[in-house]
Amino acid sequence: MSTATDKRKAPAGERVADWADGRLGIYSLAKANMRKIFPDHWSFMLGEVALYSFIIIILTGVYLTLFFHPSMNEVEYHGSYVPMQGVLMSEAYASTLDISFDVRGGLLIRQIHHWAALIFLAAMMVHMMRVFFTGAFRKPREINWLFGFLLFVLGMFTGFTGYSLPDDLLSGTGVRFMQGAILSVPVVGTYLSMFLFGGEFPGGDIVARFYSIHILLLPGIMLGLLVAHLILVFYHKHTQFAGPGRTNNNVVGMPLLPIYMAKAGGFFFLVFGVISVISAIASINPIWALGPYRPDQVSTGAQPDWYMGFSEGLIRVMPGWEINLWGHTLVLGVFIPLVIFPLVLATIAVYPFIESWVTGDKREHHILDRPRNAPTRTAFGVAWLTWYFVLLIGGGNDLWATHFHLSINSITWFVRIFFFAGPVLAFIITKRICMGLQRRDKDKVLHGRESGIIKRLPHGEFVEVHEPLTQEALHTLTAHQQYTPREIGPTVDENGVERKVSRTERLRARLSKAYYGKDNQVAKPTVEEYKEITSGHGHH
Amino acid sequence: MKKLSARRRHPLAAVVVLLLALAATGGLYAAFAPADKAQADETAQSLAIEEGKKLYTVGCASCHGTGGQGTSDGPSLIGVGSAAVDFQVGTGRMPAQQPGAQVPKKKNIYSQAEIDQLAAYISSLGPGPVTPTEKQYNPEGADIARGGDLFRTNCAQCHNFTGEGGALTHGKYAPNLEGVSPKHIYEAMQTGPQNMPSFPDTTMPEQEKRDIIAYIQTVNSGEAETPGGLSLGGLGPVSEGLFAWVFGLGALIATAIWVAAHTAKAKKS
Ligand code: HEC
Ligand code: HEC
Ligand code: HEM
Repeated sequence: MSTATDKRKAPAGERVADWADGRLGIYSLAKANMRKIFPDHWSFMLGEVALYSFIIIILTGVYLTLFFHPSMNEVEYHGSYVPMQGVLMSEAYASTLDISFDVRGGLLIRQIHHWAALIFLAAMMVHMMRVFFTGAFRKPREINWLFGFLLFVLGMFTGFTGYSLPDDLLSGTGVRFMQGAILSVPVVGTYLSMFLFGGEFPGGDIVARFYSIHILLLPGIMLGLLVAHLILVFYHKHTQFAGPGRTNNNVVGMPLLPIYMAKAGGFFFLVFGVISVISAIASINPIWALGPYRPDQVSTGAQPDWYMGFSEGLIRVMPGWEINLWGHTLVLGVFIPLVIFPLVLATIAVYPFIESWVTGDKREHHILDRPRNAPTRTAFGVAWLTWYFVLLIGGGNDLWATHFHLSINSITWFVRIFFFAGPVLAFIITKRICMGLQRRDKDKVLHGRESGIIKRLPHGEFVEVHEPLTQEALHTLTAHQQYTPREIGPTVDENGVERKVSRTERLRARLSKAYYGKDNQVAKPTVEEYKEITSGHGHH
Repeated sequence: MKKLSARRRHPLAAVVVLLLALAATGGLYAAFAPADKAQADETAQSLAIEEGKKLYTVGCASCHGTGGQGTSDGPSLIGVGSAAVDFQVGTGRMPAQQPGAQVPKKKNIYSQAEIDQLAAYISSLGPGPVTPTEKQYNPEGADIARGGDLFRTNCAQCHNFTGEGGALTHGKYAPNLEGVSPKHIYEAMQTGPQNMPSFPDTTMPEQEKRDIIAYIQTVNSGEAETPGGLSLGGLGPVSEGLFAWVFGLGALIATAIWVAAHTAKAKKS
């Protein structure tokens, strides 16, 4: 468009930026943030996987809303899927069949939406575990830990409501399952159920209600939390692993712009690509094969999506206890699992607060722990995961039975026993492994790396040559700080009066010892030890 | 007439009458009785029963007793009918081998002719469900959609939505229905093997059985269409979850490691 008479014009990009800055003042904002540094480590990208799959879910979800009818009115199907022709079904189910068979690209989009949902939750979980095992939840990031945790829980429920929308026999069974859990609540259960379903189950409202929750309420809250989560990441700056040049007061890595942004943008497309490929080759939730929901029908092998699997496990392995009193039934077989369900999640959520109470540490931490250097925390995390996965096994007990030719009753008993014993075993084993690794680190620092070269000394003795580590490696292996156990302190004051030691104080001291006592962590080598050993001969 | 009355007393008259009478009854008999075929059938039938009994004595009597009355190792077969035998032996369940939670399917060791002989022998012990004819179980032209509905109402609680099978208590199971022939599906419904209830024609007419067979063949056979791609065993969320973790998240973590490894390091110079 420019003509010869024009004055020299700034490049288009600069002009747009200038225009926007004049109105939005983004320059100063950008200046402050664009050079934010992001360290490089693959495990720091797990959160990104979650973020990108969330974006993919929203994009595909919007497409689905264009064709989905959240209504339970009964219609007769006359679409192109032959084995369903003439069957009576809800409009929700019929429209999902239409999305799958008669809307252009509909099936692919549905599959992307659902696969991305499974991957979104899996990515959130792994991301959460990364934060947990590296101690990234410590001050000042406790709030952000909670935000992340809430995102995970809300994601579970968004997934559950979405999974229930098509009103097929599988998801209807899931809704029925949930209704059963609500009914088991003493006193108010029936009212809650009537309120939620607008009358008797299944009624004609639940799909429409779940629809608003699924596409508006929960994603809205999640979007808000997500933005808050990211703002806090920016504000706190990213954590990093210990290493030469990395301190609690700096961040070593790439600037947000341009390098990190370019990488992140590229990574988004990679995530989108991987999810699309999976959705193109593998079927998910083939609702046409499941049939429309009817309260009088049920199928074996009906499970929820994996993120709800542990609740299914809780119910499946719980003995069917019941108490009958004055004409009322308290269904403990369902109510107890309903109570444990939030406890499983809360256990991992509150852990950071327990740890900070035990250590009494009020400092900020920006350097991550290697899991082995926090044996008790690591062992706790593995114990929790064991608990969670044992319940997942319980949720699929029938499939493990048929596919491994086992008795479903034995699997149920296995889960019942390991519900209690699994975490304890996992705790003990993990702690031992961590201590072993710590000892090996110590050995490496003091004696160097085993080189595999065997030497024979003049007097006939064989020794293995150990190569000393580089200065960087030495730093990385010894950078972690170690706590000493808290003492209760003198129980008698200077006047000889006995002080009362509160129960909590005692508990705290006990826990602190369990964390940092000399049997529960390996003291890292001191400078003196190192000097003494390295000063003399090259090897031990 | 004179001639006739004159010869009435001929010494050979009685013989002639006798011959005529014989010819008449013979003719009548030939006209009215399906003599040849019936006779042949009966002999074939008794031959089959005979042969069946021999096969039975060798292969089955040890568990089911010499007269099919049953022993501690096997139930009585009196009145189970030819359909039960055709199903049990045709799918290789019988003769059973080692005891277990449930007699499994295995390779069938009898020819169809031998199975028919066994069936003939067992049904001679007492009446029971009869092996269906091709016309009864052929799913051609049946109503698949109705079959699906019937299947979800009557069968899915044990065999899963599309007949992928499912677990019952203590190691027992309802098998995957892929590759089961229409005749055997029909017979399973007629006779209700082991832990399966039976669905006699009084509660589930022939036509409905055909609809169910048509449905099973459409959704769970080698040619069943899976418009969404790999069916992942048709087991639903458990296999989908495993797939999402292993291939979905697995691939993404591999990608993340790859991206992180190709970092824009300051050029080493
Ligand atoms: C090792 C012992 C054993 C042998 C050998 C055996 N069976 Fe059985 N049979 C059983 C048992 C146990 C059952 C009951 C469990 C079942 O229904 O599968 C049974 C059940 C049956 C049934 C179903 C009965 C019903 O009530 O529907 C038939 C039919 C049958 N057997 C036929 C045969 C025939 C024919 C043979 C010989 C080819 C044979 N069995 C050989 C043990 C045996
Ligand atoms: C109570 C659970 C139950 C129900 C309901 C049920 N089945 Fe079964 N079915 C079984 C069991 C258990 C077996 C295995 C029997 C055996 O191995 O002898 C079986 C076996 C079969 C077989 C033989 C499979 C093979 O591999 O040879 C067919 C076919 C079958 N069922 C079809 C049906 C149909 C069709 C319906 C519905 C009309 C149905 N079943 C309902 C439990 C059930
Ligand atoms: C965290 C976010 C979300 C998760 C985990 C999630 C998950 C799911 C799941 C598992 C299903 C079932 C799909 C199927 O197999 O049929 C579903 C359906 C659906 N979702 Fe979402 N979803 C999310 C957000 C959204 C958003 C933001 C929208 C719309 C703006 C949306 C719109 C829909 C619609 C319309 C359906 C029903 C259509 C169908 O079932 O094919 N979802 N969702």
